[in-house]
Amino acid sequence: MNTTNHLGEQTGGAVTLRYLLNRADFSLDVDLSIPLRGITGIFGESGSGKTALLRCIAGLEKPAIGQLAINGDTWQDTLQKLSRAVHERQIGYVFQEPRLFDHLDVSSNLEYGRSRRHDEKNSIELGQIIDLLGLNGLLQRRTDELSGGEAQRVAIARALLCAPRLVLMDEPLAALDRARKEEILPFLDRLHTELSVPILYVSHSIEEVCRLCDHLIIIDQGHILAAGDIQSVLVDLDLPLLAGEEAGSVIAGRVAAYDEEYDLTHLKFSGGTLIVPGKHGHRESELRLRIRGNDVSLCRSRPTDTSILNIIPVTVDRIQSDHGPYALIRLRAGNDLLTARLTRRSCNELGLKQDDQLLAQIKSVAVRNTPAAD
Amino acid sequence: MNAMSIFSFPGSGPIWLSVQLAAVTTLVLILIGTPLAWWLAGTASRAKSVIEATVALPIVLPPTVMGFYLLILLGPYGAIGQWWVELTGETLTFSFSGLVIASCFYSLPFAVQPLQNAFEALDRRNLEAAWTLGASRLDAFFTVAVPQSARGFLNAMVLAFAHTLGEFGVVLMVGGNIPGETRVISIAIYDQVESLNYTNAHQLSAILLTFAFSALLLMYVINRRWQRR
Repeated sequence: MNTTNHLGEQTGGAVTLRYLLNRADFSLDVDLSIPLRGITGIFGESGSGKTALLRCIAGLEKPAIGQLAINGDTWQDTLQKLSRAVHERQIGYVFQEPRLFDHLDVSSNLEYGRSRRHDEKNSIELGQIIDLLGLNGLLQRRTDELSGGEAQRVAIARALLCAPRLVLMDEPLAALDRARKEEILPFLDRLHTELSVPILYVSHSIEEVCRLCDHLIIIDQGHILAAGDIQSVLVDLDLPLLAGEEAGSVIAGRVAAYDEEYDLTHLKFSGGTLIVPGKHGHRESELRLRIRGNDVSLCRSRPTDTSILNIIPVTVDRIQSDHGPYALIRLRAGNDLLTARLTRRSCNELGLKQDDQLLAQIKSVAVRNTPAAD
Repeated sequence: MNAMSIFSFPGSGPIWLSVQLAAVTTLVLILIGTPLAWWLAGTASRAKSVIEATVALPIVLPPTVMGFYLLILLGPYGAIGQWWVELTGETLTFSFSGLVIASCFYSLPFAVQPLQNAFEALDRRNLEAAWTLGASRLDAFFTVAVPQSARGFLNAMVLAFAHTLGEFGVVLMVGGNIPGETRVISIAIYDQVESLNYTNAHQLSAILLTFAFSALLLMYVINRRWQRR
């Protein structure tokens, strides 16, 4: 298990940090390097220290000791008694609750961050943000006239308009119901593709993380269990947090064809072609595919009578059977790795072992219309 | 004082003086009371209870007791009075400046308590949000904490003003009854009753009563409107 990962070093910009924070019921002890590009997910259960980590970066945790540097600029080094005040840290913070100022209307809330923006060269056009987050009809509203989803969109816009070098999002969807989440997620997808500002995204939902993030940090009881690009972290079979029902993998695919008759999209990836319902992207667009371990079944010979469209030849890379009734099997398909989640019994009955050549039946694939990690 | 000529009846001088005293006192109390209330609302210090009790004293203490101690404190041989004499060459007792200082002590709880309540009710998470948006502590205080505590400020100002306007015992002890200098409206009423001028006493009392009621009514109406929002 890696406790330190230096993801950012190969491409320049990175946040490097070391923090120690002791509280009565909890302690945080982290040493990390996070790339300053794309969205980095911080995943863990509640109470694992995700929020504390963001608050340390923002300078909101006074008792924390450690160091923090953004792209080489030191923001904090408690050994040298150096710590930038919160308002000098050039961050945008989206909290769990919108925290809009109720004595100001929506446009004045946006202006609050914009007029105090940290750095002219990071600034984003007001008009662009308003379009991106769909705020056009809301600008003159009072904050108490907004729905939960609208308020959170305003909060995201406000944080982006202060021209941050890094945006911290602390479970911005956690307080919303399913429908509201679905309403905001497309906006977050758009931020990801249209803006270059790096985002640290705290979440306890694997689904959200798989959809949005390029990099993933797994945190448990104040310690970092894994950090890396999302594809490789997700297929790390030794992370109990990722072994549950939501176990699975994310791969990059490219649109090969659209079958108009059946309304199906054919997606190429390194291990073959996957067929998914509906029209996605256009020819050659890069898409991100998520395949849950529960949706993958394995057979030794090609099944003849099956309703499943996607049957991909795979090689067993590793078997991990420490998870109660289940076994996780990591599979190589071309250069990509998939995870299958079977019962240990099926695993034994098939006599699975490393390097076996098998066929994987994939029942369902979730598609996101933005590229996977670079 | 020229403004006195606007009024034609014998109570005009004391009314004007009372208004001046109350206005200056309210201003000073907001300036002193705001940081004090902010500190009280946020601190975990043991000194908090001691300070709170001290601030609240004028609510329960007879004005004569307060007045007596203030007389000694502000007198030419008292801690504050002596320093004032050295500084200005004048005595604090039986002067308008002395009345302002005495009134500030006397009305302190009426300014500090509403402010403290407002600051305690403030959602401090909004301040964190303001800091992350690039606002310094002071900036966030003035642009988020103050407007979100507007009700507290209104209540503090109305109560401090009205309470100062109605003070009697402390003024009598510290200020006496000098026309144009320390003869405020409540003293004037007492004076008129003593000399059996009931008509004047009636007029002055009615003015004070009407004002006090209107001020409080206004405060409660505005509070109610804000609450409904």
